[in-house]
Amino acid sequence: MSITPILHLVTCGSVDDGKSTLIGRLLAETDSVPIDQLEYARRTRRGGSTIPVGEIDYSLLTDGLEAEREQGITIDVAYRHMNLPNGRRVLIADSPGHEQYTRNMAVAASNGDVAILLVDAARGVRPQTHRHLTVCALMGVSTIVLAVNKMDLVGYEHATFEEIVGVVKTTAARLGINDLVAVPVSAFAGDNITRRTHAMPWYTGLSLLEFLSDWEPPARPDVEPLRFPVQYIVRAEGNFRGYAGTVVSGTLQSGQKVVVADSGRTAIVDRIVTLDGDIDTAVAGQAVTVTLDHEVDVTRGDLIAADDQDAAQPADRFSADVVWLGEEPLAHGRSYLLVSGSRSVPATVTNVRYRLDVVSGHEHAARLLEMNDVGRVEIATDKPIPLDPYTLCRDTGGFLLVDRVSADTVAAGLTRHAMRRSFNVVPHSYAVDDDARRLLMGHPSRVVWLTGLPGSGKSTIADATVGALHALGVHTYVLDGDNVRTGLNKDLGFTPEDRAENVRRVAEVAKLMKDAGLVVFVALVSPYQADRDAARSLFDEGEFIEVYVDTPVEVCSERDPKGLYAKAAAGSLPNMTGVGQGYEIPSAPDLVLRGTGSIEDSAAALVRAVLGEDQ
Amino acid sequence: MSVAPVSVPYSAVLDALEAEALHIYRETAAAFRNPVLLYSIGKDSSVLLHLALKAFAPAPLPFPIMHIDTGWKFREMIEFRDRRAAELGLDLRIAHNREAIEQGVTPFTHGTHEYTRLMKTVALREGIDRYGFDAAIGGARRDEERSRAKERIFSLREPGHRWDPRKQRPEFWRTANTTLAPGQTMRVFPLSNWTELDVWRYIQRENIPIPELYFAKPRPVVERDGVLICVDDDRFPLAQGEQVHMRSVRFRTLGCYPLSGATESTADNLVDLIAEMEESNISERAGRLIDGEGGGSMEAKKQEGYF
Repeated sequence: MSITPILHLVTCGSVDDGKSTLIGRLLAETDSVPIDQLEYARRTRRGGSTIPVGEIDYSLLTDGLEAEREQGITIDVAYRHMNLPNGRRVLIADSPGHEQYTRNMAVAASNGDVAILLVDAARGVRPQTHRHLTVCALMGVSTIVLAVNKMDLVGYEHATFEEIVGVVKTTAARLGINDLVAVPVSAFAGDNITRRTHAMPWYTGLSLLEFLSDWEPPARPDVEPLRFPVQYIVRAEGNFRGYAGTVVSGTLQSGQKVVVADSGRTAIVDRIVTLDGDIDTAVAGQAVTVTLDHEVDVTRGDLIAADDQDAAQPADRFSADVVWLGEEPLAHGRSYLLVSGSRSVPATVTNVRYRLDVVSGHEHAARLLEMNDVGRVEIATDKPIPLDPYTLCRDTGGFLLVDRVSADTVAAGLTRHAMRRSFNVVPHSYAVDDDARRLLMGHPSRVVWLTGLPGSGKSTIADATVGALHALGVHTYVLDGDNVRTGLNKDLGFTPEDRAENVRRVAEVAKLMKDAGLVVFVALVSPYQADRDAARSLFDEGEFIEVYVDTPVEVCSERDPKGLYAKAAAGSLPNMTGVGQGYEIPSAPDLVLRGTGSIEDSAAALVRAVLGEDQ
Repeated sequence: MSVAPVSVPYSAVLDALEAEALHIYRETAAAFRNPVLLYSIGKDSSVLLHLALKAFAPAPLPFPIMHIDTGWKFREMIEFRDRRAAELGLDLRIAHNREAIEQGVTPFTHGTHEYTRLMKTVALREGIDRYGFDAAIGGARRDEERSRAKERIFSLREPGHRWDPRKQRPEFWRTANTTLAPGQTMRVFPLSNWTELDVWRYIQRENIPIPELYFAKPRPVVERDGVLICVDDDRFPLAQGEQVHMRSVRFRTLGCYPLSGATESTADNLVDLIAEMEESNISERAGRLIDGEGGGSMEAKKQEGYF
């Protein structure tokens, strides 16, 4: 039987409920706090404290940061460890209790096995109690311990306890929480925290500490499917090629038939490698490296699953709940980066179905979601990926949405299900593939992405290069920023969001043309690295050549072939790159061309880049 | 009432911590363009290095290691560093604040805060910038100090290496947002959830080499402001009336020798050392002279770019 060596505990409740005192006492009474910190909690007194100096003010053990106090901000979660007498480690994720911070609770609950939900016996169930229960249920915390605190203030009355438990159980039942235990405690007096006292003879259950020591995850009705997301490809001497990652669900065995869920290719697990020697079996939580019996195309982010009916199916449309974390509200139709485990793919929120009132449980029609909102949305990914329902596996069902300009995490998403219509779109493997086309064309197909300020010379260089290649019999096409904006992208403006979408569409078109066997030149300002990186991510290594046309802004504005700089100077073009908006110089371009140099040299360098060094 | 006999062996806790660290390492190596392991020679770095070897086996370490050398480390530390780097074939980079060294900054001429800022924080920032590292892996643990309790595993630094509490990213599941905006870098802490005792138990279980300075041995020390300081070389200026005595001491943390307080001890092996540690139960950094200035001074250092 497997045990849980490290239990992830979430604590929900506010300072008013006595949360810091409860955590402080748990830590102190399990010897989980160094004695110098205990000394600090004996000596120091906050204004208004009634605890005599010399006794431990438990709440001081969980004090915040200077930055939080000075700037009046709260950092979402503090992590502390606690050692239980039976050897188990408890990692406490403690989020600040202010009731508006749904997002902080969500972070703390995302890894939680058990949540301690505090309710002040004297004040009874409050709106935030429902909020905490809802977030715990949403984030998949399997066990809730309702700690009815401050029982000493209500004369240790059984009836008060039962009344609160009754209300909470009703909400828990609505939310589908099956495993709920209630414990009457006084964190201040120390009743039923680490030991049972005689204050409440009517209570015959365990103390909090005993409960945490004995806890095991509730048995699941279904078999847990194998999920092994590949993080890293290990290449070593002797043609060693291994896939490193963590088994996040189920069991991986050598000799087992597995499927790469992304591609549908199957293979047999050959070895499970660790520095300490090969092993036969790896269970959920173990970090290992596997080798397969034959070469299969596996890249970082791919999901290895057992080749059976539980294997995840790739899809590109999902229904999901999101917790909105960003200061900017969710923007409809905006492209975000969806990050799930080691996988990262551009995605768009296509529809907001409703906003969830986390107190009442009601669903409200909504157009957008703001910070701390929870809602149901539909998401379209740029390519099919095998996301699991969150309830099946947190690691392969949970995802982040990342803003492509600021790189901030703006949402946490919980996949509910893949949408039916996405299964109807199955990429077909055609017999005439890239290699066949290349043979016929007589040259490799590539995308040359020219980025640079307006007027830097992108189109001129593309024109000259295409001329040279054409003469060599190479099939080419130029996707020019302005030309695309008169048709395909005429609905887009020049805000950072629209620029991202502009780049995304051009990249997709370039990919289709590349697949058709052409050498595609893209001449596009594309000022943001994140957008260019997203474009690159559509292609295999070597297929995408990022070229930075480096021309000083003074030269560009002097040339001003389209009169844009003049307009920007006159104030009629506020979003002009290089003037009103920034241009991010490529951090690692494949090629840099001086826009002030000779066009012929630039074209010659590009021809070499396209056809390879041997040409 | 009988209690179900759940009992967790320590090795199971270590296994879980190890797996988490390996996961973090692999994510870092794959997601960043040019990561580096910050190697400070001590016990945490020794564990960090051991875990890195595990994460990428059978391949060698896929990134360099960097030591911030103030010039005032124990001589034994430098010997240990060079020996390990040679044995394991590591790509060792060494960063100094050359300017400060030339200006004659020493632990004796400058206050500990200013000394640390110049010789460690500035040197670290310059080292990262010079080599263009976009992720620096360090051995910080959440149990070291109170302000560390809120540190992330993937801790974002703004341009200029500034730690901005408002920009820290929420950490869900095992999924990290490793995307960087221009100028941003990442600090990565695979040992975040380890305790000091975990580190020692793991060293014991895995038989990881560590510098001898951790074990008790007669060493030349002076007592200054109630702290025992080892006189590691002849650059140590003795104050009037100060005398060097041979005392059996060991070090709980290793840093610049004039700033590392020694503990009187007879623990000359791991078993005794762990026993001594379990008994004392004092914060590890309590013995460090650089943390002493105000409750949140570790936090202040971090905002300047200290890791």
